[in-house]
Amino acid sequence: MHEALLVISTFLASSVEMVEALTIVLAVGLTRGWRSALLGSGAALVVLAAVVAVLGPAVGHVPLAPLRLFVGALLLIFGLQWLRKAILRAGGLKALHDEDAIYRTAVEQARTTAATGREMDWYSFTVAFKGVFLEGFEVVFIVVTFGASAHQLGPAAAGAFAAVIIVGTVGVVLRSPLARVPENTMKFVVGIMLTSFGTFWGAEGAGVRWPGGDSAILGVVALVALSSIGLVLVLRRRLALSEAR
Amino acid sequence: MRRALRSFAHFWYDFVVGDDWRMAATAVVILAVTWFAAHHGLNLWWLVPLAVVATVAGSVLFALRSAGERRGDR
Repeated sequence: MHEALLVISTFLASSVEMVEALTIVLAVGLTRGWRSALLGSGAALVVLAAVVAVLGPAVGHVPLAPLRLFVGALLLIFGLQWLRKAILRAGGLKALHDEDAIYRTAVEQARTTAATGREMDWYSFTVAFKGVFLEGFEVVFIVVTFGASAHQLGPAAAGAFAAVIIVGTVGVVLRSPLARVPENTMKFVVGIMLTSFGTFWGAEGAGVRWPGGDSAILGVVALVALSSIGLVLVLRRRLALSEAR
Repeated sequence: MRRALRSFAHFWYDFVVGDDWRMAATAVVILAVTWFAAHHGLNLWWLVPLAVVATVAGSVLFALRSAGERRGDR
C-alpha cells in the first residue's frame, strides 16, 4: 500500500511538471526549430540524471531516523506551500494554471527574439534547458526525498520515469500543449500526498510511533484531503458571498 | 560572487519555503516539539497532523483576508 501510494505520488508530481516543461519546449521548438530546443532539453536531462546519480546513493548511507526527520521536515514544508497554492487555486483566490496561455506567451517571446546564430540558436537552447531543468528539479527533489525516506528510490524513480515517458510520448504525437490534462486537480492531489508523506515521515523521524504502523499514512492522507476540500468549500462560499454584496 | 550567492539562496528559499514563511516556521517548531516529547517518553503522534491542518487553514484564511482587504471589503 505504502509503495503504491509512493509510486502514484511521484507519477502524478512528475506528470504535472512534465506537462509544464513540455509546454515550454514545444513553444520554442515549433517556433524556432527543434535542434537547439531538443539539445537544451537533453542537456537539462543529463544534468538532472547526474544530480539523481550523486544524491540517490549518497542519502542511502545516512541513518534512517535523522534522515527521515530532516527529509520529512523538508518535504512537509515543500508540501505545505504546494497544498496552499492548490487550495487557493481551487477556491478561486488564485488564477488557475493555464497551459494554453503560458504556451501563447512563450511563442510570442520566441518570435520576437532574434536568432543569435546560424548553427546554434542559443535562445532556444537556454529556454528549453531552463524549462526542463527547473521543472525537472522539482521531480528530482520529490523522487530523492520520497526514495530516501522510504528507502525505496527504485519505485519512486519508476513512477517519475513512467510519467516522463507517457507525457513525452503524448506531447511528441500531439505536438501541442497538453491543456486538457487536469493539471490543477493533479496538483491538488500531489499537494495532499506531499504534505501527508512529509507529516508521516517527519513525525516518525522525530521519534513518533504511529498507531497501526505504516497503515497510519492512509489516515493522514484522509485527514489532509478532507480538511483541504473543506477549506476549498469555505473559500468558494466566502468569495461568492463577497461578490454577491 | 555575492550576487550569485544571493540569487542561489533566493532560489532555494522560493523553491522550498514559498509564499508563506510562517507555515515553514510552524512545521519546524512542531517537529521540534514532537522530537523533544518523544525523547522524554511522550508519543504525541496526533500533534503533527493536527498542526498541519491548522497551519494550512490559518495560511489560507489569512490569504483570503488579505485579498478582501485589497479589494476594500471586510
